[in-house]
Amino acid sequence: MVYQNPDGVRIGLEVHVQLNKLNTKLFCGCSTKYHDSEPNTHVCPVCLGLPGSLPVINEKAVEYAMKIGLALNCSIVEQTQFHRKNYYYPDLPKGFQTTQYDFPIAGEGKIVIEGEDGERVIGITRAHIEEDPGRLQHIGSIDKSKGTLINYNRSGMTLIEIVSEPDMRSPKEARRYLDKLRSILDYLDVFDGDLEGAMRVDANVSVFMGERVEVKNISSFKGAERALLYEIMRQKNHIRRGGEITLETRHFDEARGVTLSMRTKETENDYRYFPEPDLVPLRVADRVPEILKTLPELPDAKRERFVKEYGIIDMHARAAVTDQDIADLFETVTLGENVSPNNAAVWVIDILKGELNYRDVIIRVTKTEKREIESQNQCKWPLYKSMTLKLYRKKYVDTVPEIESGNIIKTIQLVKEKKITEQSGVEIIRTMLDNGGKPQDIVKEKGLLKVADDIVATAVEEAIAENPEAVTDFHAGKEKSMNFLVGKVMQKTKGRADAREAREKLITKLNE
Amino acid sequence: MRAWTDISNIKQIIADSSAEEITAAYIEAIGKSKINGFISVWDEAIKVAREIDSNGHQGPLAGVPIAIKDNISTKGLSTTCSSKVLQGYVPPYDAHVIERLKEAGAVILGKTNMDEFAMGTSTESSCYGPTLNPWDLDRVPGGSSGGSAAVVAAGEAPVSLGSDTGGSVRCPAAYCGVVGLKPSYGCISRYGLISYANSLEQIGPLATNVADIARIMDVVAGYDHRDSTSINRENTYSDALKDDVKGMTIGVPDEYFGEGIHKDVEKSVWDAISKFEDMGATYEKVSMPHTKYALASYYIIAMSEASSNLARFDGTRFGHRVDGEDWHVMASKTRAEGFGIEVKRRVLLGTYALSAGYHDKYYLKALKVRTLVKQDFDKALANVDVLMAPTMPAPAFKIGEKIEDPLSLYLSDVNTVPMNLAGVPSISVPCGFAGGMPVGLHIIGKHFDENAIIKAAYSFEQNTDHHNRRPPEVA
Amino acid sequence: MITKEEVEHIGWLARIEIDEKESDAYAQKLNSVLDYFGQLDELDTEAVPPTYHVADIMNVFREDLVKPSMPQEDVLANTENKQEGNFKVPRIM
Repeated sequence: MVYQNPDGVRIGLEVHVQLNKLNTKLFCGCSTKYHDSEPNTHVCPVCLGLPGSLPVINEKAVEYAMKIGLALNCSIVEQTQFHRKNYYYPDLPKGFQTTQYDFPIAGEGKIVIEGEDGERVIGITRAHIEEDPGRLQHIGSIDKSKGTLINYNRSGMTLIEIVSEPDMRSPKEARRYLDKLRSILDYLDVFDGDLEGAMRVDANVSVFMGERVEVKNISSFKGAERALLYEIMRQKNHIRRGGEITLETRHFDEARGVTLSMRTKETENDYRYFPEPDLVPLRVADRVPEILKTLPELPDAKRERFVKEYGIIDMHARAAVTDQDIADLFETVTLGENVSPNNAAVWVIDILKGELNYRDVIIRVTKTEKREIESQNQCKWPLYKSMTLKLYRKKYVDTVPEIESGNIIKTIQLVKEKKITEQSGVEIIRTMLDNGGKPQDIVKEKGLLKVADDIVATAVEEAIAENPEAVTDFHAGKEKSMNFLVGKVMQKTKGRADAREAREKLITKLNE
Repeated sequence: MRAWTDISNIKQIIADSSAEEITAAYIEAIGKSKINGFISVWDEAIKVAREIDSNGHQGPLAGVPIAIKDNISTKGLSTTCSSKVLQGYVPPYDAHVIERLKEAGAVILGKTNMDEFAMGTSTESSCYGPTLNPWDLDRVPGGSSGGSAAVVAAGEAPVSLGSDTGGSVRCPAAYCGVVGLKPSYGCISRYGLISYANSLEQIGPLATNVADIARIMDVVAGYDHRDSTSINRENTYSDALKDDVKGMTIGVPDEYFGEGIHKDVEKSVWDAISKFEDMGATYEKVSMPHTKYALASYYIIAMSEASSNLARFDGTRFGHRVDGEDWHVMASKTRAEGFGIEVKRRVLLGTYALSAGYHDKYYLKALKVRTLVKQDFDKALANVDVLMAPTMPAPAFKIGEKIEDPLSLYLSDVNTVPMNLAGVPSISVPCGFAGGMPVGLHIIGKHFDENAIIKAAYSFEQNTDHHNRRPPEVA
Repeated sequence: MITKEEVEHIGWLARIEIDEKESDAYAQKLNSVLDYFGQLDELDTEAVPPTYHVADIMNVFREDLVKPSMPQEDVLANTENKQEGNFKVPRIM
């Protein structure tokens, strides 16, 4: 069913990715680890813009830019050059930003997202390299400010600007684009997306084929969705009242959830681009084959492979690949004896991931044991025969427990061998996440071993004997009474019986 | 004083007395100066000289005093580009060339006067007032490195460093009767040179003789990883100090002897070329048809780059600041008050030339003309070793004579700007007098062929005595 | 040729305050220079590529190795306008 896009919404996104995993800034050797430092302590004559200073390009930054471009299916340009974008703002120490203009390092590409009506291809116009300005802090509120404080620690950090085509038709599609882009960038390991300022979004949105409005100052993906929802509604209302949408830049007020006009003199700009005389051109297209080799298997390819190779359903595959560590863990767990891919899918992707989400933590692989591939015929994935994972709360205050992939496998095996119920298995996972420990020990501590069949049989008989009304109701066709009886059996066995089994036994007994 | 104006002489005297004594003598001379050549004298100079004495005079320039143009960053020593906007600015780092000079044992005497931000041909736009030409105190010393040339001519420093964007080393060298070299683009690191026009400029040495030029080049030239436009090329410039031009071929472009040329300048230069013939060289006329367009092309490019290079001077982190109700007002008032009128004109013109609607007509066009000028040099130098011409069309003019008419000042640069557009090296050596004022012979070489022009200049010097003439003010 | 209004606009782009009385004088001087620049129109440069860099070098890089940054006091040493380690300037509208 094709999405009609009733309001003719067109959304394009410009995302700035800060390469905070590089050791140094784009044009100088200052360390990039400034986030918890005192102001103006990660600064040198170059990134401070002192007179006489000169830029020198960080080779790794260019490689990362190419990596990103290639992962987005972009063409890499033959010859690229930096340009000066001239404008005045206090966070810009040189009075111009060194960026790329008509020869961006990466040209047209694409990202595939889950659109409103199925898979949708979002075009990428270009990706280029530029430097970050410093940070401003207003003294007092923004409208009654007594002054501005400037910290240049961030000045000179490498930014990759990724510009999309206006192919998104709703805030939901925009959100999906951002999630997908973030996922790909995480796979490439070119940045830490959780650090402050790592990913910044500017949105361009129009309705009914009208003029587009640029919305700036979006600092989160949720914020992007809200900003777009508001702006689309604002534009529709404006048109409905007989107004016209003109090309303009608006500022997103996160707190109030609205966009505000920014029409001031400062926003009228003639950037007077010209090639940066202090930097010579780059010809790096010949490095593409080498860089392609360093690309990991990206989410889309991994998802296809999971479905094909493991026969799991697409929904599981999609959920697995949004997080590379979950995907790797899934694969490693499939190596467990007696563990089928579907078992691994349910336990890792449904259960474990669900428990992680509930606790608002993520896992990161900290140690791995590589798998030796003995013969030519063996598939090169999964890479690891075992792995250790640590839990991290989103803001990187880490909690203590480590989880071994082997422990997850053991849990699954215990369930499959019918030594414990599924529910007990879930409890083991929860306990490991909260307190650590090994499955066998937890089973002992909590007495989780499944009760022997005759104990269940006894509990079934007792439940039937002690609850004649429920039995009568059951025979009368009332479903609820079965649940009641199952509950009684579980009570008697202190929850250790397998609920499904108990139900079956009751039905058999009652029908005798 | 006269006896000290040669590096090897100075080193001899230092060996006999001390670096400290030499430095003190120069500082005393500076104290009595009438020419306003030095903006600042370094209060650490004597201390540095003393240290060099105690470490046994290590380094090829041990104890040799040198004057530095005030647009080259010196750590701990104020650097102002002769502009109000940089008053009080003390760089926290040394330019690459300063690091090299210090390593070689040189003693920085102080910073010399210049046209504000290197924009000028006369040193009249300095916020400190003009430097006076030692040959005639009513005349300009040339620019923009007027201070650097004048102090050498006046015996206040044996050697100096200047910078050359459109002739700013060679013009004052010619006007002050000293030797000045603009190396090939990329030859000397620009790290620490406060940019005026970064695709055109180079730091260049000034001295009373060609040998000293080569010795300074041996120390300051060469690759610097901090300058992305720095060329990686090993060369020993003093190897070129040979008196031998037999078989050398000289190209003489007609276009450099244009309408405005002073007749005595023309005569001195042709006399010099004759001298080269006596010494065994030959000359032929060559054509460089785009020469007359070079000036417009140069100024458009220089002003465009300058408008961007000078954007950082807004009072935020260093230098002069005028308060305002918001940051933009502060910046606008600071720059209006801090920049002199010529700098403001050039920044406005450069902004205009790059702006939407005019970018192609001016900036892009100028870059295309630059290609044509460069091709002129490639073709002319394909068949000859060097080119020769007058450095400046006329000798030094009177102070105040041209300052009200910027265009007439720009037109004096007609013989020097093409080399900056093409990036080729060129040197000015004294070759005579016109109306009592020095005349410079301009020797131009191929890219990275400094040795050819140094050899030619050295040979000329060995066979003439123009370089022995000193201004009457100087003993 | 540049008008008085264009001078004021350029003055804003270049953040150089120019008052009413000055803009005429500027326009005059700038126009005489622009007039001179106009001579470049005599040349046919249709097929001529621009020269952005006069030296023929490409691919100049540096390694991703950390070098020491400046101490905070040195960074702030050239101004009196500072607060808690930051540079202090008037507000931004």
